[in-house]
Amino acid sequence: MQELFQQLANGIAWGSIYALIALGYTMVYGILRLINFAHGDVYMVGAFTAYYLALWTGAGGANASPFTALLVLLGAMLVCAALGIVIELFAYRPVRRSSRLTALITAIGVSLFLENVGLRVFGADPKFFPQLIAPRRVELPGGVLVTNHQITVVVVSILLMIALTLFVQRTRTGKAMRAVSFNRDAASLMGIPVNRIITITFAIGSALAAAAGVLVGLTNPKIEPLMGIMPGIKAFVAAVLGGIGSIPGAVIGGLLMGVSEYLVVGYISSTYRDGIAFVILILVLLIKPAGLLGRNVAEKV
Amino acid sequence: MIRLRTSLRPAVLVALAAATVLGCAKRENEIVIGEYGSLTGSTATFGVSTKNGIELYVDNVNAAGGVGGAKLRVIVEDDQSKPEEAATAVNKLVDQDGVVAVLGEVASSRSMAAAPICQQAGVPMITPSSTNPKVTELGDYIFRVCFIDPFQGQMIAKFAKSTLGLSKAAVFRDNKNDYSVGLANYFSEAFHAMGGAIVADEAYSEGDQDFRAQLTVIKAKRPQFLMVPGYYTEVGLIARQARELGLEVPLLGGDGWVSDRLLEIAQDALNGSYFVNHYWQQDPNPAIQKFVTEYRARYNATPDGLAALGYDAAGVLTSALDRLRQEDAAAFKALSGPRNEKQKAARAKLRDMIASTKDFPGVTGRISLDASRNAVKPAVFLGIENRAYKFVAAVEP
Repeated sequence: MQELFQQLANGIAWGSIYALIALGYTMVYGILRLINFAHGDVYMVGAFTAYYLALWTGAGGANASPFTALLVLLGAMLVCAALGIVIELFAYRPVRRSSRLTALITAIGVSLFLENVGLRVFGADPKFFPQLIAPRRVELPGGVLVTNHQITVVVVSILLMIALTLFVQRTRTGKAMRAVSFNRDAASLMGIPVNRIITITFAIGSALAAAAGVLVGLTNPKIEPLMGIMPGIKAFVAAVLGGIGSIPGAVIGGLLMGVSEYLVVGYISSTYRDGIAFVILILVLLIKPAGLLGRNVAEKV
Repeated sequence: MIRLRTSLRPAVLVALAAATVLGCAKRENEIVIGEYGSLTGSTATFGVSTKNGIELYVDNVNAAGGVGGAKLRVIVEDDQSKPEEAATAVNKLVDQDGVVAVLGEVASSRSMAAAPICQQAGVPMITPSSTNPKVTELGDYIFRVCFIDPFQGQMIAKFAKSTLGLSKAAVFRDNKNDYSVGLANYFSEAFHAMGGAIVADEAYSEGDQDFRAQLTVIKAKRPQFLMVPGYYTEVGLIARQARELGLEVPLLGGDGWVSDRLLEIAQDALNGSYFVNHYWQQDPNPAIQKFVTEYRARYNATPDGLAALGYDAAGVLTSALDRLRQEDAAAFKALSGPRNEKQKAARAKLRDMIASTKDFPGVTGRISLDASRNAVKPAVFLGIENRAYKFVAAVEP
């Protein structure tokens, strides 16, 4: 029993990372009907930005403190928000009026571009994230052992998700985002600056991916330029599982993905660690294509 | 503008072609050797250490006038720690660069990807440090200058059972890696035969960064030690996550741990653990100390076991070349000549010379190659204490 709880605890911490990445997928999809395959690579850039920020500022190691960790986190989120804006401006905006397939292929191109620039700039050798917060073991009820890093991951993820929900539900910009997602042309006619809303969406989504990158560096300190591929795909599956376009759906999907991965590795075989994501994807598409919280929307013909 | 560009194209092509031909052209009286290794990627220190070791030896030989006046030139290719790239790299070395012998790799999976190419082309290949027995079984042109995994597995099992007095082991192997799977199996067999029990056998894949699920399962089985026959990046991460989960038993492993980054990754998590190495850098033996001093002066780092094996692999090849020169001057000359049947016959003779290596005085011990083209030599056990290595024991084969 203790073993099961331990797996669940680790799965939730791991799933929070997927949830943060999945939010970016789902937001962009909700607004543009575009699956931004470069999103996993933005997560990678976020991790590397934090790594270099920590090196330059001397954060981590002996100077570990939650305050510097927060600064590094915010720095990485800012840089990636800017990256998201640039990607949207130069890669997606020019093809916005083309077919969805064109945009999809552009996304794959941006993804490959970021990966290979990463290999060139950062090098293929894995880097090891400095410890931004001094590690400590925490015993939860039931003999479950976690680290303060894992708790940080879960807490920061929850805070960011709450902030995002409040933003989307309670602010004028959030309202505009919902309007654009509902019907872009009608929103435009109502005077909503669609381009600016799309830019903001990319900025927020990319900042969340950067946060995921920093948090993963905290618990799993090995980072490398191709680290975004698998988590990117899995977070995409998480978004589909939760119902793509739905913000709470992305969170639930991410947590389910993390937990199922731990249960599969723990009780079946580590060989299926990555396979489980695709089994889930196939099952969702067969049984409930709209996802857990998604609505069935009839395509206009 | 467009017309100009079109008219320039043939000229540019000719210039490029000329540059390629000239770049590859052998200089007079020069023997070209190929080397492939993981200069980048998850096992980058393997390739870099080996390259440094080889470079040090070859430069020493050339500074002393080469082999009978012929200079050695090493062409190095990076395989990015990937088996498929290893095959590409060796194809290039053999087909384009026309090398007469190949040195590499460290990882058995990558040596096994490249060995068939060397075998087919009749180019002798010496792997400095691939320990999986299958590597040299791929053909009679494939050699190694290190011990093999059955010996290493047996040695770890005996050390755990007799020296440490532990009888319950958990094995945590890298499923995608021939070295790791082989060593895990040899260890398990030997440990069983000694009356030990394997209470858990879990797997991961090279490149994974999260091992908590498997470690949770392992912890529930209460092993007395954890045998991790993997490579240093994963070993370091596994150690850290094991400690986070409260799994405080020692870790044991093979020569895949050998890297100056191991403790940087693992931090304090490997204190109290043990692994196998090919030599001990503080060994007072003057030949070893001479190597360590020269290496430090040049690379500003302490040579690890893989650097020492790279040095020895270059040494074994050089000694074979020198014996060929003394016994068959015409064949030796053909090695620096054009790539033709005559050179192929000379490479076969070079192969015979490598096969007859006996008592070569390497820094990792005396190297004699047996009928299966493997080196039979001692290994050492190193322990880790307060983020530093200490010598524990030397084990004779």
